[in-house]
Amino acid sequence: MQLITVAGPPSSGKTSVILKLIEAMQIAASDVGVVKFDCLTSFDHLRYEERGIRVETGFSGKLCPDHFFVSNIEAAVEWGQSAGFKYLITESAGLCNRCSPYIHGIMAICVIDNLAGINTPRKIGPMLKMADIVVVTKGDIVSQAEREVFAFNIRQVNTAARVIFVNGINGQGATILASHAAKARNIQTLRDLKLRFTTPAAVCSYCTGEIRIGNEYQMGTMKRMEFKKP
Amino acid sequence: MSDTDTLYMVLTVPVGEIIAKYPVCQNFFTNLRIENIERGLPLHQALEKTDPETLSEFGLDRHAIQREFCDFLNVFVGRSDAAGPEIAGITIIGGHGKAGEPENCRVTINRGETISIVGPTGSGKSRLLADIECLANCDTPTGRQILLDGQNLDDERRIELQGRLVAQLSQNMNFVIDLTVDDFLRMHAGSRHSINIDETVERCFVCANSLAGEAFSLDTRLTQLSGGQSRALMIADTAFMSTSPIVLIDEIENAGIDRRQAIELLASRDKIVFISTHDPLLALGADRRLIIKNGGISGIITTSEEEKSCLTEIERLDARLFQIRKKLRNGEIISRNALG
Repeated sequence: MQLITVAGPPSSGKTSVILKLIEAMQIAASDVGVVKFDCLTSFDHLRYEERGIRVETGFSGKLCPDHFFVSNIEAAVEWGQSAGFKYLITESAGLCNRCSPYIHGIMAICVIDNLAGINTPRKIGPMLKMADIVVVTKGDIVSQAEREVFAFNIRQVNTAARVIFVNGINGQGATILASHAAKARNIQTLRDLKLRFTTPAAVCSYCTGEIRIGNEYQMGTMKRMEFKKP
Repeated sequence: MSDTDTLYMVLTVPVGEIIAKYPVCQNFFTNLRIENIERGLPLHQALEKTDPETLSEFGLDRHAIQREFCDFLNVFVGRSDAAGPEIAGITIIGGHGKAGEPENCRVTINRGETISIVGPTGSGKSRLLADIECLANCDTPTGRQILLDGQNLDDERRIELQGRLVAQLSQNMNFVIDLTVDDFLRMHAGSRHSINIDETVERCFVCANSLAGEAFSLDTRLTQLSGGQSRALMIADTAFMSTSPIVLIDEIENAGIDRRQAIELLASRDKIVFISTHDPLLALGADRRLIIKNGGISGIITTSEEEKSCLTEIERLDARLFQIRKKLRNGEIISRNALG
């Protein structure tokens, strides 16, 4: 089974891109499975099911979405293996701009959209920086100049990635993406593979349910802002 | 610059000197939140004075940053910036229409040529533009194939060209960034270190103003431009700043700009211009026009001398309509004389 991991900010068009990618790959709906990692609620499973694509959705709820991803990705692969898929695609939202649910040796696609603002690529961090392929969506509604500056800003942060423009509505560009996706690595298991980047160090009292504000309630790993003297 | 030259420069030249020579490099440090890096020292020594904690938040250490800075320089300073892809012409080989009937056509368009695409709404004009944009290789719904300089392209080359070959302009496109015209043009020019920023900004601005019906200033914010002004600025920007040899235009007829001058400008910049249009001025202003019916190219017509001579008359009609529109806008009454 070939594994592809897709990440990107909320509403950047991940699901649309994946659907167009599957279409462009010209494979039977039964040969591909999708695992959607989300936080609280998601309606995307309906869009996959509509096309006869099997999908499993997991909600991280009160856990850090990255930790949730890592602790479930192996089981996701096992699910895909037992279902007999040729391709398994995981979809996860990058929520804190620091997330990078990518694994060494596994194809990593980051989806971002042109409406996100021209400097957004410079702010996203490892999710963009460590991707093999950066898919840019919604290019049909912004000016050519903004598209060019946006792509320039992506390349500043990730000089090695392929930048591919995909229109999530009509599928323009998905064919090129598909020719890359076909090269995704064949795997049996993810055991002992490594994440490309550490997940956030989230071991403080607030991780475990503390809600009160104040020094005495803060324990564990904390980071303080420095404010200039007025 | 070769990889070795780049590495040698990074190892020996103080950071400040590199930034002074290649201002785009400032972004590299800003992106990593080390914009205040010690400038008097070469990178590896300067990095010894930065907080390793900040670097680690980006998943980097000093060695990794040095390596990445070399990559950055190679991409932005080394080679690939400069000119766009060098191509002389593009060839469209027909696939099939919506009902599967073969298109039976092969048409080659060279730099400086303008082609209009005409046909009823929904007939497949935009699809043709999409095939050109993605350099279709019998792998799109139309089965068309696009060649460059008569050559078929392998996947690798198609991917490499994507986003560099074609600049697009359509009615749906907007400026979403809230900057002044000046800042915006400077930002775009700044992403190309090979051009003279002041001169290019000035040329774009003057040209955009001559295309737009109503004048705007360099201090006008993009978000306050009218539809026509935006379109005019986009066209001037594409003409002077984009290195893409092909321009695809999808329906700009109602934009309130000097359309013929706009197309002539792009063609004079040695671009191949495709215009999907319902506008007689644009359709006949092109050197040739492709007729689209039911998803397929059903004919290619070279604009005849007679048609070209009609253009002047059509322009007069267009100007008259424009006057009527203007009068209505100003709250005037339309008389029979005005139609004269």
